[in-house]
Amino acid sequence: MNLEAIKSEIEANVPGCRLELIANPSPSGQHSLLLDAEHASAVALYLRDTPNLRFDFCSNITGIDWPGKEVSQKIKVRKLVDGVEQEVEETRITTIPGSLEVVYHLYSVEKKHGPIVLRMRTKDRDAGVHLPSFTPIWRSAELQEREIFDLFGVLFDGHPDLRRLLMWDEFQDYPMRRDYVDPDDYEYEPTAHDAVLQRARQHLSQANPVQPSEGEAR
Amino acid sequence: MSTATLAAASLNLEPANESGMDQLLEIAMGPQHPSTHGVFRMNVVLDGERVVRLKPVFGYLHRNHEKIAENETYLGSMPYTDRLDYMCPLTNNWAYALAVEKLAGIQVPERAEYLRVITGELTRLQNHTCLIGFLMQDMGASGTPLMYAFRQREIILDLFEALTGARMMCNYMRFGGCRVDLPAGWLDQAKKVVAGFPRFLDEYESLLVSNEILMDRTQDVGVLSKELAISAGISGPMARASGVDYDIRKVDHYSIYDRFAFRVPLGSHGDVYDRFMIRLLEMRESVNILQQAMRDIPEGPIVDPKTKIRGFRPKPGEAYGRIEGPKGELGFYLVSDGSPNPYRYRVRPPSLINLTILEDLCLGRNVADIVVILGSIDIVMGEVDR
Repeated sequence: MNLEAIKSEIEANVPGCRLELIANPSPSGQHSLLLDAEHASAVALYLRDTPNLRFDFCSNITGIDWPGKEVSQKIKVRKLVDGVEQEVEETRITTIPGSLEVVYHLYSVEKKHGPIVLRMRTKDRDAGVHLPSFTPIWRSAELQEREIFDLFGVLFDGHPDLRRLLMWDEFQDYPMRRDYVDPDDYEYEPTAHDAVLQRARQHLSQANPVQPSEGEAR
Repeated sequence: MSTATLAAASLNLEPANESGMDQLLEIAMGPQHPSTHGVFRMNVVLDGERVVRLKPVFGYLHRNHEKIAENETYLGSMPYTDRLDYMCPLTNNWAYALAVEKLAGIQVPERAEYLRVITGELTRLQNHTCLIGFLMQDMGASGTPLMYAFRQREIILDLFEALTGARMMCNYMRFGGCRVDLPAGWLDQAKKVVAGFPRFLDEYESLLVSNEILMDRTQDVGVLSKELAISAGISGPMARASGVDYDIRKVDHYSIYDRFAFRVPLGSHGDVYDRFMIRLLEMRESVNILQQAMRDIPEGPIVDPKTKIRGFRPKPGEAYGRIEGPKGELGFYLVSDGSPNPYRYRVRPPSLINLTILEDLCLGRNVADIVVILGSIDIVMGEVDR
């Protein structure tokens, strides 16, 4: 299975699609194809239905979070310093925008080959987290895409039932993102018990404010 | 207004006619239900006794295993993998070790491969016996079949304990090999256990296979078509019961499975009875593999000496490694950024993905059939919820 050949085959048959081959430097040698969200469904259908490929088994789907980062670069610039032109070293900071990536591992049950690794990236990590759903193409995407939505916050357009899978429905954040911070309290519905305790604590502190004792080092 | 109508009104389910005879009833099966094999809930909408809708609810055992593993070293996650599918810790270890070996390009010594195959196939034996025991329990054959299965499982767990020090939380595999070598006399004991296993299978089969009640409860119940099984990513015995000829031991040629002669049993109906039979037949094949492996196991080192234990940092890159676990395709996907912790660590849980089609199998069936269908899918909540 030559990924380069598959890439050119797809490009010849799915008009307008933009594919990029992402090399994997690890000894596993599982290189991948980066799809553009616009033509992703067409490419997926082509991979599934073409007789010599027949990737009918979508084994694994998962998300990866790549937060945006600032890269500082030292570059030499010629500049006028005190009226004399000199070569000065300057630090330039470039911001690489973050994205959420979804990775698919496809196999073929019919041809017994694979895996082929596909990936898609969202525009950013805030408003542009939309990607097309593969659930209409492979049913196995149903629960796995729900999980990615739940833990990473990718919105899959065309998914029939995009709800949280593992966290509860009222939960706000996306726990698998790199910048996720644990909430102070996991109780999603504060019980009366907690409210009573808090009132009692407030009452106590007003009635008997805690004073630092004199000998104590602060 | 009767109580039933009141209940329906509170659920916003309209009774279909005034008499209230055709109304739908929504019930929550689980999370504390003896048939759900852990904390798992199904929101079932019933028309009389017939299932109209079924929505599984996950997450009661969610602890974000993947996030924990990302904050842990590569080797530090090995004991955690035992806790995924706690019925088969050794195959979980194996899948994880395999993924890391792919990521870092580690070679496994001959003897270690044999140890992996032996422990892996023993795991398959004890998983399948217990599954059948639980399935019978779910069907109302209270006690006896399960106890027979547990008796057999105990013997295998004793072997695990002698080898790894733990009955269930084995933590046995290492990157590039296994943790400890076989203790003295272990192989003879294991040979005895495996030699006695076909007799147990004969006994079990004669009790169950042509049992009229079992056939009545399982045949043509929960039929899964071949097309849906492939599309929904169903793997393992569940897919093979539907006639999908796909065994990763044969397809991927991982480890040393090429050296053993064994067959892949396939079902033709895809119903619960086929799923039950496939597991029985697979156990016979596992016994075959075990006998060959225990005959051929060579002497030698059990771990790759070049692999570092401390300061293990694979080069940046990614790898997906998978094995044929007892429940299906168990895969691990790892992304390394060159640090001691994985940047991304993902478990491909066969139990969860095999549940994708639960609603399709249960629609139109009775409540009692849900229990049987769920039992035949073979789930462990530690893996479903991770």
